[in-house]
Amino acid sequence: MVATLNRWLPLLAALALAALPAVLSPYLQDLVLRVMVLAVFALSLELLVGTTGLVSLGHAAFYGIGAYATVKLSPEFEAGNLLLLLPAAMAAAGVYAAAVGALSLRTKGVYFIMVTLAFAQMAYFVVHDTKAGGGTDGIYLNLRPVLALGGQTLINLDDKRSMYGLALGALVATYALLALLRRSRFGHALAGIRVNEQRMRAAGFSTTLYKWAAFVLAGMLAGLAGFLVAAKDGFVNPEMLSWHESGAVLLVIILGGLGHLRGAVIGAIGFVLLKEALSTPALVGHVLAERWQLTLGLAVMACVALMPKGLIGLARRKESGS
Amino acid sequence: MDLATFAVQCLNAVQYGLLLFLVASGLTLIFGIMGVINLAHGSFYMLGAYLAFGLAPLFGQNFVLMLVCGTLLAALFGYLLEWAFFSYLYQRDHLQQVLMTWALILVFEELRSMLVGNDVHGVKAPDWLAGTVALGELMTYPVYRLFASLACLAIGAALWFTVNRTRLGMMIRAGASNRDMVRGLGIPITWLYRVVFAGGVALAALAGMIAAPMSSVYPGMGGHVLIVSFVVVVIGGIGSIPGALVAALLVGLVDTFGKVFFAELSGIGVYLLMAVILVWRPEGLMRKGW
Repeated sequence: MVATLNRWLPLLAALALAALPAVLSPYLQDLVLRVMVLAVFALSLELLVGTTGLVSLGHAAFYGIGAYATVKLSPEFEAGNLLLLLPAAMAAAGVYAAAVGALSLRTKGVYFIMVTLAFAQMAYFVVHDTKAGGGTDGIYLNLRPVLALGGQTLINLDDKRSMYGLALGALVATYALLALLRRSRFGHALAGIRVNEQRMRAAGFSTTLYKWAAFVLAGMLAGLAGFLVAAKDGFVNPEMLSWHESGAVLLVIILGGLGHLRGAVIGAIGFVLLKEALSTPALVGHVLAERWQLTLGLAVMACVALMPKGLIGLARRKESGS
Repeated sequence: MDLATFAVQCLNAVQYGLLLFLVASGLTLIFGIMGVINLAHGSFYMLGAYLAFGLAPLFGQNFVLMLVCGTLLAALFGYLLEWAFFSYLYQRDHLQQVLMTWALILVFEELRSMLVGNDVHGVKAPDWLAGTVALGELMTYPVYRLFASLACLAIGAALWFTVNRTRLGMMIRAGASNRDMVRGLGIPITWLYRVVFAGGVALAALAGMIAAPMSSVYPGMGGHVLIVSFVVVVIGGIGSIPGALVAALLVGLVDTFGKVFFAELSGIGVYLLMAVILVWRPEGLMRKGW
């Protein structure tokens, strides 16, 4: 009974999320929207770290490139077309991921962590230092993308409900895609690589090609998250590509629990709520709320130290205990 | 570009490279021996810069004495930090080390903001290091930059001597290649780690103190230096001190001349260099060794 429920849980959660806007205040709806976008981003990294065993510290580059592509490709005086902008953002992130993956997958372990970090810095400096990237201040998106067919506007992301719907759709699609992928031959090969790459190569798999494919797919999904953020916030800035952002999303999947798709989603919920709680004066007082980075840092240390298996590990422990 | 400008830029490149080498050698020491990925290393560089800002007025013209005192303070801080925090990270995997030290940066940045605020400060070099000096008939060069280069060279030489010619260095090298063997031989490895970590912190802080009169002291200054010194370590080959030296000089050259020739995109020059070198040699320029 529990096992069956467990299996249908993601679907129930998706239905609940779809029903939420009807009952939530605008503030809470916005909070859920932030969680969903972060969850897409975290899921994309989970494919690399949890499934394939590649620890990347430069994942924010693809997220940022997706967001910047969205803004740069939007026409200046009219709303951009969702059907063009969304694939374009994912493609831009995917192209950079293809190049970075081809180069950085020649290295392993610690080298890989540092090389992905350095390639992300490269992208960061391009948007930070050139006029095209708008410098430190970033760039504004004048009009949010719309989906129009035959003169009829079907989806306008200026509308909060539509934005929420699109983010939910993206989250469900990403989750479903990754869930299918993990059950596929490709996914099993990736899991094999995580456990023992040597053996997989001996068994005849061209492991570098598999890892590269996973890297590019993860980059494209991060680009999708970037598109969602650009459309949601209406502006982009270089900090989206910074290594603090890469560290934060790495934290999200570890906080939730590595190796499980729902871990990434739970981690996104935990991280957004934690950050929100620590920076809300009403909850922690003015002094601490102003110093939320300090408390967040300490909270992160405590989480990593006390819950090496993440939030999902807590639930498992309780389950097996009872 | 005429010859004089070219020569000045070359000296600048070497000076920047040597400074990076100090930071990167601290990183290599901590990583090579203890196997901890320390993202907070840039914070130690920042600590040094703020130490210089705080100590310089107290010491006046005794700049060298200030560097010594600052280094000792930083080493003490490193010793305590290892005892309180880093000693718990050795048994953890790289992923958790990345996160723990990433969180440590948040804490350090906020503590800095609480203690000294978010203003940008300058540090004044003492009078005897101010001004410029004529080098041959061709050019003049700032005295302080010459002092910085020579100081870095001297510290580098002292580091090389310590690691290669002293008993402590012998234990460090042994610890880097086989820590279980070292423990088996009865060498107090816990103490050794603590000393090495303090040394790594001291090197980064020393670099920060030397850099302070040349560049301003500002929030977030550790981040940039951290990433560039990671690049140096990766290009040089992780755990190789000579590799770090060669890589640091290369990075210094690329960065300095990149700023001269391609002002707008100079930021990525260093990372392009890294990409090219890693395509050629995925394990970096040199093998682990001293």
